[in-house]
Amino acid sequence: MALGCWLLGLFLQAQAAPFEDNMAQRTLACTGCHGPQGRSGPDGYYPRLAGKPAGYLYNQLVNLQQGRRNYPLMQSLLAPLDDAYLRTLAEYFAGLQIPYPPPAAQSADKTLLARGQELVSRGDPALQIPACVQCHGSALTGTQPSVPGLLGLPRDYLNAQLGGWQNGQRQAQAPDCMADIAKRLGDADVHALSTWLSSQTVPVVSGAAARKPPLAPGAKEIRCGSAPW
Amino acid sequence: MVSGRTLRTLALALLGALTCALLWALWGFDAYYRHGPVNSAELAPKPSRAQVERGQYLARVGNCVFCHTAPAGEILAGGRPIQTPFGSVVTSNLTPDPEHGLGRWTPDDFWQALHLGLGQDGRRLSPAFPYTSYSRLTRADADALWAYLQSVPAVSRPNAAADMVWPFGTQTALGLWRAMYFRPYQNSNESSAPAGADAVAWTRGRYLVEGLGHCQECHSPRDALGGLRDTSRGAGGVLPGLPWYAPSLRDMAQAGTADAQAVQSFLQTGVGAGRFAAGPMAEVVLHGTQHLNDQDAQGMSVYLQSLVRNKAVPGDTQAIIAIEASSNANTRPTPKQMSSLTPAHLQGEEMYKQHCADCHGENGQGREGVYPALADNRALMMDKPNNAVLSVLHGGFAPSTQGNPKPFGMPPFMLELSNAQIAQVLSYSRSAWGNQAAPISELQVQAVRDPQQRR
Repeated sequence: MALGCWLLGLFLQAQAAPFEDNMAQRTLACTGCHGPQGRSGPDGYYPRLAGKPAGYLYNQLVNLQQGRRNYPLMQSLLAPLDDAYLRTLAEYFAGLQIPYPPPAAQSADKTLLARGQELVSRGDPALQIPACVQCHGSALTGTQPSVPGLLGLPRDYLNAQLGGWQNGQRQAQAPDCMADIAKRLGDADVHALSTWLSSQTVPVVSGAAARKPPLAPGAKEIRCGSAPW
Repeated sequence: MVSGRTLRTLALALLGALTCALLWALWGFDAYYRHGPVNSAELAPKPSRAQVERGQYLARVGNCVFCHTAPAGEILAGGRPIQTPFGSVVTSNLTPDPEHGLGRWTPDDFWQALHLGLGQDGRRLSPAFPYTSYSRLTRADADALWAYLQSVPAVSRPNAAADMVWPFGTQTALGLWRAMYFRPYQNSNESSAPAGADAVAWTRGRYLVEGLGHCQECHSPRDALGGLRDTSRGAGGVLPGLPWYAPSLRDMAQAGTADAQAVQSFLQTGVGAGRFAAGPMAEVVLHGTQHLNDQDAQGMSVYLQSLVRNKAVPGDTQAIIAIEASSNANTRPTPKQMSSLTPAHLQGEEMYKQHCADCHGENGQGREGVYPALADNRALMMDKPNNAVLSVLHGGFAPSTQGNPKPFGMPPFMLELSNAQIAQVLSYSRSAWGNQAAPISELQVQAVRDPQQRR
C-alpha cells in the first residue's frame, strides 16, 4: 500500500512539467487546446500553430482579436494583449519545428480527387478561380511572410474555412482575396479541394517558400490585404 | 371619514405636483444647469503642442480611445457597440469630421457634453457615455481633451443609431433619468481628505477615480433603471451581459486594499501583490491605466485606500468569525473538515490536481508574478462566483504592459469541463488551503456560462 502511494507520488511528480520562464510556459494557454500538431475539439478543429509563417499567424491573431474571424473564446483570450506581444507569439510558433503526422486515410473517388488537383495546380479560368499554388507555393507549404501552407489540415477544417469565407464568418484585411475566391467556388469544388488537399503528405521540408513561384502564363496577379507583396 | 371633496383636492394636488416634477425633469432641469456658469476659458485658435499631448494622456487614461474606436476601426471614429440592460448604443465619431464627427463643435459644446451630458443641439446623451463621472472634469482638462481630439485625422464615418428597448432611448426617458440620478458636478460642498492622508495626492486621486477614470461606473451596483446612488458608489456591480463582477472598492474581502504599492503596480502593470487584472479590467489596464504617470497612479492608490470601509479593526465580523472558528476547533469539525469528507470535495481535489496544480501549485500557492495564488485569493472566494467561473471558462492572460510585457496565460476550460465539474473544482478550491468560502452549485456556473438564459 505504502509502496503504491509512493509510486503514485513519483508518477504524479513526473507528470508535472517543471516551471520554466520561456515561451512554451507562457503559451500553455494556447497549446492546451491546439496541442503541438493541431487537435480536434468538441466544437471543431483547433489548427496546428507550429511552423506556420509568422506573418500569417500574426494576421490571424489580429483578425481574431478584432473580430474579422469570429470565435469569441479566442477574442476574449487575446483581448488584453498588445500588438508587440501578438508578434512575439506569432514568431514563437512560427519558429517551432514539429513533424507532421501522415494524412488520415480516406477513400475518395478518382474524379473528385482529379478535380481537386486540377483546381489546386491550374485553377479554373472559366470561373475566375486562380490556382492555389500561385500564392500558397508550388509545394503548397505556403510562402513567406504571410501565406499559409495548405497541407497537413483535416478535410473538415478546410471545408469550415472555405465555408467561413463564403458566408463572412472568416474575413481578412481588405482586399480580402480569399473571400472573393471562395465565393466563386461551388459546394462540389469546395469538397474536391478539401478532399485532395487533406489526402496529401506534407513534404519533409515543410517550411514556407521564401517567395511566390513565378506567375503561370495567362495567370493574373492577385491583390491581398493580408499578404501585400 | 375623508369626504369625497377632500379626496378630489388631494388627487388634484398630487396630479399638479407630478406635472410640475415632469415639466421640471423635461425642460427646467437642463435649462437650469445650461444657464449656469461655464467658466468659459477662450481656447487659443491653435492649441499648443503641450495641450494636445496633455489631452492625449487624459484620453488614454480615461479610456476614451478604446470605447470610441471600433474593433479594426479607425482611431476615435466611433462604432463600438456598448451593451446595456436596455439595449445597445454605439459609440460616436469624435474625429474632426464636419459632417459625422465633432468638426462643427466648439470647445464650449464639448465642455457641455462632458459636464452636462448634452449634445451640441442640446439633445440628452445616453448615460452609457459616463458624463455622470466626466461632469467632474475641469474646464482645463476638457479643453486639453478637445485639443487632442481636434488633432486626430478626420474620418467620415456616420454614427450608428442606438438599438434600445422602447422607451429607454427616448429623450423623455433620458430627461426623467437625469432628474432622478444626475446632478452636474459642483465642488462647493465636497468633503476633504481624511486625516492622515496626503491631501494633494488624495484630491488628485479622487478626481481620477470619480471623474476621468470613471471607475465607479462599473464598480457600483445599479438599480432597476440603471441608476447609481451616491450611497452605494464603489460597492461593486455586475457588468450587464458579460457577466463579470466589478468587485467592491470598499471591501477588504473584494477589491479594497490597504497596500498603496500594490494598487499602483496593479494599475500600471496589471499585476500587484499577487493579484492579476482579468476580464474587462485587464482591458482597462491595457488601454488605460498602464499609461498613468507615477504621480497620478499614486494619487488613485491613496484615494482608493480611503474608500475602504472594513480595514482590520476591532469588531470586524470576518475576524470574529475566524476567532469563533478557531476557539471551537477542538469540539466541532471546521467547515473544511466537514466538506473534506464528501465525495464531491474529493472529486474536486482530484480535478484540481489534474488541471490546476501544475501552475497554481499543490497547495494553491501560485507563482510570484506569474500565476496567481489561489490560497487566500479574494476573487476566488467572493460571494459572487462570477469571476472565478469566468476565469475557468475563458482562461486568460494578464494584460501585456510595459511592466509585464510577456504575460503568462491560462487555457480556457469551457469546452473541457462541464458545469458540474467546474462547480466541484471551484468549491474544492474555495475550501482548501485555509480558504473558507461556501461551495458553489452547478446552477450558479450555468447562470454565468449562459447569462441570457438566466431566469
